[in-house]
Amino acid sequence: MSATILSAALTYAQFALALAGCLACWRLLRGPRAQDRVLALDTLYVTAMLLFVVAGMRLGTTFFFEVSLVIGVLGFVATVSLAKFLIRGEIIE
Amino acid sequence: MTHLETVPLWLALPIALFLVLGSTLTLLGTVGLVQLRSFYDRLHAPTLGTSWGAAGIILAAILLFSWMQGRPVLHELVIGAFVMITTPVTLMMLGRAALHRDRAEGRGGVPAAVPHPDPSEGPPDVGALSPEDLESTRPPKAPPMAIR
Repeated sequence: MSATILSAALTYAQFALALAGCLACWRLLRGPRAQDRVLALDTLYVTAMLLFVVAGMRLGTTFFFEVSLVIGVLGFVATVSLAKFLIRGEIIE
Repeated sequence: MTHLETVPLWLALPIALFLVLGSTLTLLGTVGLVQLRSFYDRLHAPTLGTSWGAAGIILAAILLFSWMQGRPVLHELVIGAFVMITTPVTLMMLGRAALHRDRAEGRGGVPAAVPHPDPSEGPPDVGALSPEDLESTRPPKAPPMAIR
C-alpha cells in the first residue's frame, strides 16, 4: 500500500519536473531577449537539481545528493556571472 | 521497489504529499515563466520552484532517507538552504541587469529612467544605486551591446 502511494507520487513528481524542464527549455529557446534566456537557464538548473533528488529517492541511494548539490552551486555561479555579463559586458574587471 | 515497501503508511502519506506539493509548485512556476507577458513578471514565477518547490521535495527526501537509514539524515537541508539563500541574490542581479539594459536602450515600460541628468538637482531617486549605474542610465553614447 505504502509502496503504491510512494511509487505513484514519485512518478507524478518525475513527470511534473520533466514537464517543468521542457517549459523552461521552451522559454530558453524562444525568450525574446538575453535576460529571458538567463532566467530560463536558472530555472532549468533548479528543475534538474530537484529531478536528481527525486531520482535518488526512487532508486534509494544517496549518491544523487552530491550531484544535485553540484548542480545547485553551478547554477548559482552561472546565473550570477551571466547577469554580471549582461550589466557590464565583461565578467572579471 | 524494495526500499519503498518498508515505509509505513503514516510516513508514506506525508512523503507523497510533500512530493506532489513540491513538484506541482515547480511546474506552476515554469508555466508562469512561459505564460507571463513581460520579463519583470516572469522574474517572479520561478521562485515558486525555488521556495516551496525545493522545500517540499527536500522535506520528502529527508523523511524517506531518515526512515531508510534509521537515523536523522539532514544533509539534504544543505541544498535547500543554499537554494533559498542564492535565489534572491541571482534574481535581483538579473532584474537589475534587465533594468539597466532596458534603460540603456531606451525602451518604454520601465520605471522612470533618470529624468534630468543634471547634477544640480541632486541625485535622482530611481533605484540605481552605484555611480556607475547612474552614469549608465544616461543616453548611451556608444550603441548598446550587440546581444539581444
